[in-house]
This record gives sequence, C-alpha cells and structure tokens, in this order.
Amino acid sequence: MSLNIEDNEVDIVIAALRSDLTAFMEKWRPFFSRFHLIIIKDPDMEEDLQIPPGFDHQVFTKSDMAQILGATSINFSGHSCRYFGYLVSRKKYIVSIDDDCLPARDNTGTLVDAVAQHIVNLKTPATPFFFNTLYDPFCKGADFVRGFPFSLRNGVECVLSCGLWLNIADYDAPTQVVKPNDRNVRYVDAVMTVPVRAMMPVSGINIGFNRELLGPALLPGLRLAGEGKQRWETMEDIWCGLCTKVVCDHLGLGVKSGLPYVWRGDGVDAQGAMESLKREWEGVKLMEEVVPFFQSVRLPRTAVTAEDCVIEMAAMVKEQLGPLNPVFASAADAMVEWVKLWKAVGSQGA
Amino acid sequence: MVDSGSNGAVPSTPLLKDELDIVIPTIRNLDFLEMWRPFFQPYHLIIIQDGDPSKTIRVPEGFDYKLYNRNDINRMLGPKASCISFKDSACRCFGFLISKKKYIFTIDDDCFVAKDPSGKELNALEQHIRNLLSPSTPFFFNTLYDPFRKGADFVRGYPFSLREGVATAVSHGLWLNIPDYDAPTQLVKPLERNTRFVDAVLTIPKGTLFPMCGMNLAFNRELIGPAMYFGLMGDDQPIGRYDDMWAGWCSKVICDHLALGVKTGLPYIWHSKASNAFANLKKEYNGIYWQEEMVPFFQSVKFPKECTTVQKCYIELSKQVKARLGKVDPYFNKLADSMVTWIEAWDEFNPSENMGAAAAEVPNGPAQGK
Repeated sequence: MSLNIEDNEVDIVIAALRSDLTAFMEKWRPFFSRFHLIIIKDPDMEEDLQIPPGFDHQVFTKSDMAQILGATSINFSGHSCRYFGYLVSRKKYIVSIDDDCLPARDNTGTLVDAVAQHIVNLKTPATPFFFNTLYDPFCKGADFVRGFPFSLRNGVECVLSCGLWLNIADYDAPTQVVKPNDRNVRYVDAVMTVPVRAMMPVSGINIGFNRELLGPALLPGLRLAGEGKQRWETMEDIWCGLCTKVVCDHLGLGVKSGLPYVWRGDGVDAQGAMESLKREWEGVKLMEEVVPFFQSVRLPRTAVTAEDCVIEMAAMVKEQLGPLNPVFASAADAMVEWVKLWKAVGSQGA
Repeated sequence: MVDSGSNGAVPSTPLLKDELDIVIPTIRNLDFLEMWRPFFQPYHLIIIQDGDPSKTIRVPEGFDYKLYNRNDINRMLGPKASCISFKDSACRCFGFLISKKKYIFTIDDDCFVAKDPSGKELNALEQHIRNLLSPSTPFFFNTLYDPFRKGADFVRGYPFSLREGVATAVSHGLWLNIPDYDAPTQLVKPLERNTRFVDAVLTIPKGTLFPMCGMNLAFNRELIGPAMYFGLMGDDQPIGRYDDMWAGWCSKVICDHLALGVKTGLPYIWHSKASNAFANLKKEYNGIYWQEEMVPFFQSVKFPKECTTVQKCYIELSKQVKARLGKVDPYFNKLADSMVTWIEAWDEFNPSENMGAAAAEVPNGPAQGK
C-alpha cells in the first residue's frame, strides 16, 4: 500500500528493560532510523543504557520521570514505563515494541517493516460493525465481499493496531509450563478489524495507536502484586486492552489485529515458567472476575472523548470490581490518576 | 492417534464417511467432481439439479449419489415445494432437508481443489471436518486465531473459563482466484483475483454478523440444520444471490442465541468461474438496497428465552421478519411464510430430531443407502 507516512507523525516508544539495546536497535535500524525514538529506562534498572549512534532519540530515566510527573501514585516500573513515553510524546501515532523483539520475516523471506505496517493499519479504516470474510478490505488485492452492506463500507477510524509475534508467542505462564518448546511458526497474512463488542487480549508487545484520539485510554492500571519483568508475569497490557476496547467501541473507533509480526526471542524453560506461574497465577484468577464486567459495561452517551470514557470506566471499576479484589480498586485509582497526569503532562500540543 | 508433539505428524482427521453428505446444486454438469475424486469418493453425494428437469446431468463414474430434479422436489414436498427456489442455487437447501446425515458439506460446481503456497493440494472437506469437530470461541477473540489448531493456543489474557469453547455449528470456507464480490465491485474490478492465502481459521464473535457464502460451506445439520434455509430466490422472485446471505444471517443470530460457534477461514477452494456481472447486477439490485434494512434487523433480533431449539428460533424469526421487514417490501411477507413452510417440511422429513443446543445427544436416524 503506498500510503504516505510523514517522519514527524510517528514516535517510536521503547521500554528499556534491558540495558544493552545495541543488537535490538541495530536490527531495527532500517525501520526505526527515520523516526524519533522515545526510550524509557525501567526505573528499577541500575545500569546505564547502551544505545548505538545514528538515532534521533530521547532517553527518560527515573529522575527525568520524577521531575516531569512530580509525585504520583502510579508505578511506572517494568513494562509500565512505556506509558510514560506515550504521555510525553507529541506525535499523532505511536508504535511501541518490546525490547526482546526483532524484525520478523514474512513468507517470502523479506524483513517486515512493522512500523510501516502499523501506520498503514492506522491510516486505513476499520470495519467493526460487520465482519469481512476476506479480512482487511482496504488491502491491495482484497475488497468487501458480496453481502457486506454498502453503508458500512466507509468504515471508521482505526486507532489501535495489535501486531503479533513469531517464535515465542505471547502465552501465559500455565501454557508455557505445559508447552515450553512450542514456537509460533505460522505467518498469517492478514489484518482484520476486531468486531465491536468482541473482547480481546491486547498484548503490549507490538502495538501502534493513534495518540491523538486514543491517548489517555492506553493506561497503566492493573498491577499484579507479584508483577515481574517478564511479559508472562504481567497483566497490565491485558487490562489496558480490555478498557481500551470498551472505549473504542463506545466512541465508534476501530481496533485491528494481525500483521505486523515481530520475531520474539528469549523463551523460557519449563522451570522458569513454573516460577513465573507463581507470580502470574494471580493475574489468571483476576481475568475470570473481570469477564462479566467487560461483557456488560456500557458507557454513558455523555462520554465523548477517551478521557471522559476512562473516568467513567474508573468509577465503574471501583464500584463493581473494587469489592472483589483490592487490585481492582487500585486500578481504578490509577486510571483516574492517569487522566490527571494526561491533562497535566500529556495533552499539550496533541 | 499420532502424538502432536512439536515436530510430530498431525493427528488424523476422521473421515466421517457415514455421517456426512455432500450437497451439490447444479444446472450444467458435474465434471468438476473428477478433480475432487480422491477427497469425495468415500461420501454420499446429494445432487440437486436446478432448471429443466428433462435435461440429463452427467455424473462421473464411481460416485455414490442421488440426484433430485424439480420434479422430485415437487413430488416429495407437494405444496410445500413452493419454499424451494427455482433457477437459483438456493435450491441446494432441499438437499439439506432430505439428508439423514449429521454433517453437510456443500460446494458449487465451479469450485476446484486449491493449492497452498507450498503447492500442496488442499483437502477442503477434511479441513471443514476439523473445523466442525473442534470447538469455537465466540465469547472472546483469540489473537492467534483458532487455538485448537496445531501450533497455536490461547494467548495470555484469555480467560481460562472460556477455553473449553462451544460446539461448532458452521464452517465457512474461502476462495482463491475469483473472489465472491457483488456485482458493482465485479464491474469495477473485473480482473481482481484473490491470491492471498491466509493460513487461519477463526471464530466469528458472538453478536457479529458476516456475509456467509454458500459455495464452500459445511455445517452440523443436527445443531443448526433447520436454520439453513436459503430463502426464495431466482425465478419469479425480485431478488437473487442473497440466498446464502439470508441463511447466514438467520443461522448466525440463532447460533449466537444457542451458544453455538461459527468459524471462517480455511479451507480454500479454487473458484474458477466468474459469473456475468451484468446478470448479477440485475439479480442483486433489490438486495443491495434491502440489505441496508436486513442487516440492522438482524443486528437487533432478540429471541425470548422460550426459544430453546433451532426450529423455535426460526419460527420466531419468521414472525419478526414479517413484522419488521414486511414494510420494506411485500417480498418479505412471502419469505416469512416460506420460512414457516420450510420448518414444516423439515419437521416432516426429520421427525425424530430435536434441534437443540449442543448438550442434547441426538440419535442418528438409519443411514440411507450406502
């Protein structure tokens, strides 16, 4: 697709959970180098970051974050530090990729420009109100199929693009304990809109989003008591995604899933997965409790921006989920605090 | 059963040769069956001959089949035959009605065996069977698509309580080469060919409608059969090429109500024939306008909780069609009536079956013929 992507439209936000980013950035150089990078150093990390030359980038450390945010109850350590990057960005689009992921190869052996694919996803409409069986109708070589109502063919703005992962798929700890050697080798050549009201697990490993329209809804909310540095020891992105999908559905905005793939390294052996299981089990249990809530949540018509929606959701979470587990009460507080931060730090220039 | 370790062979899919009928509507000939022989030969074929019943349809040697033409349909259904379309592939649903098998696979006579990107010929029927025999997951979208396929699983964040899934009622396959476009799109893009092989099967979420194409379709007749009525199309009707759309929307809302699953994606077939775009435009013309009313109708259909079987849901649906779509065009009153006739015919030909939700264990009737 020959869509024009302006350099100054995109920020690439990287949460640095490892100190040596050299290999990561060198591999991504062909696709990252034209864009500005916002690199957030995990506040828990002692060592200095190693970043190869030739990138237009800005690094934010724990002290930078403290200076900009002031006192805040939100804990930005671990994978949640990326949200700080979303906050301080001033670009229309953000692409965010975990630092243990490299460019993948498609079925022709060509390296995938994940950044470009996310932007294409975000710049072409989504179609949440009817499922197109040939997947993305705006893709070259595809279209709407017979029976797709014409009135729905303009689509809506796509504000979230959820990419996938080859090699180490984003499985939870129990699955990895059972299948430590499984690798995702299936490259599914499709992007599709996730239909309205369908709930989905949004993985934070490989995403792009429209910061202008969706910004405050990408939020650090749910922090597990035993949250760790591995993705399978967190639920923060899953919680964020469930909230974000509700916001998108309510505002009539679209979410796509599928391409681009990234290649995710660093698997875990069975014993490591067992350790993670002890941490993540809490998250697995919590998911069971939230499903009925997200299945039935409805936002008032007065909520017309992402900010409005997050505030409304926070109140509902506090009221309906808070009594079930203090983690939810904290999440609700974090969501309110996040909107405050967003108003103070985030929205200028957006 | 072969162990499905990471480099083991895929467990073999059961043939189901005594539990599945292949229904093929045709007006021309069945030469295409020759290419399908390795995959179709074990099965019983139900051929529905549309158009002039005095014409002889040549069936390649060696297939076990029964052919029904318009005379047979009229004779077997009597006055109820009015619900079966003439001069439209919608007539295929007569085959669904009279089948005694648990599963149906229906395919058009211009659909051939497709190849995957490695050049391997695809056994579409086997993939449909796999889709139907494994659960669907309509309540939560899995970003790695069908979690029951080898090499995939549920992703992090997928609630464990939803991982059993529900029974799969429908398996909707796709097409390489000539895509299933409507007439306006065909006119604008006459040369477009679908060359993208998307290696995925996925469940269509609950509450989401889709355009169900009848040219490469399989379903569990015991779970959803009575909802697979392909409507009044073709000769003497103001609409054509919406038969499968109609069946798809009716069956999807019923599946959603009864907690049954609908999958789409693999298998691909190779669709060889592009029908005439101008002829299609004439047939679809009303449909293109009416679907703007039909889709919101289906999106808002609600079934009372007393509708616990497919037939009850379908009768209820026919009432709602009459009440809410009747004002769009008198055609919908006729369609609603024929929906009722269809259920009467279904119950007459399938008296012992109780088309309920997956939990009920349904005894198969005696197998017919071979």
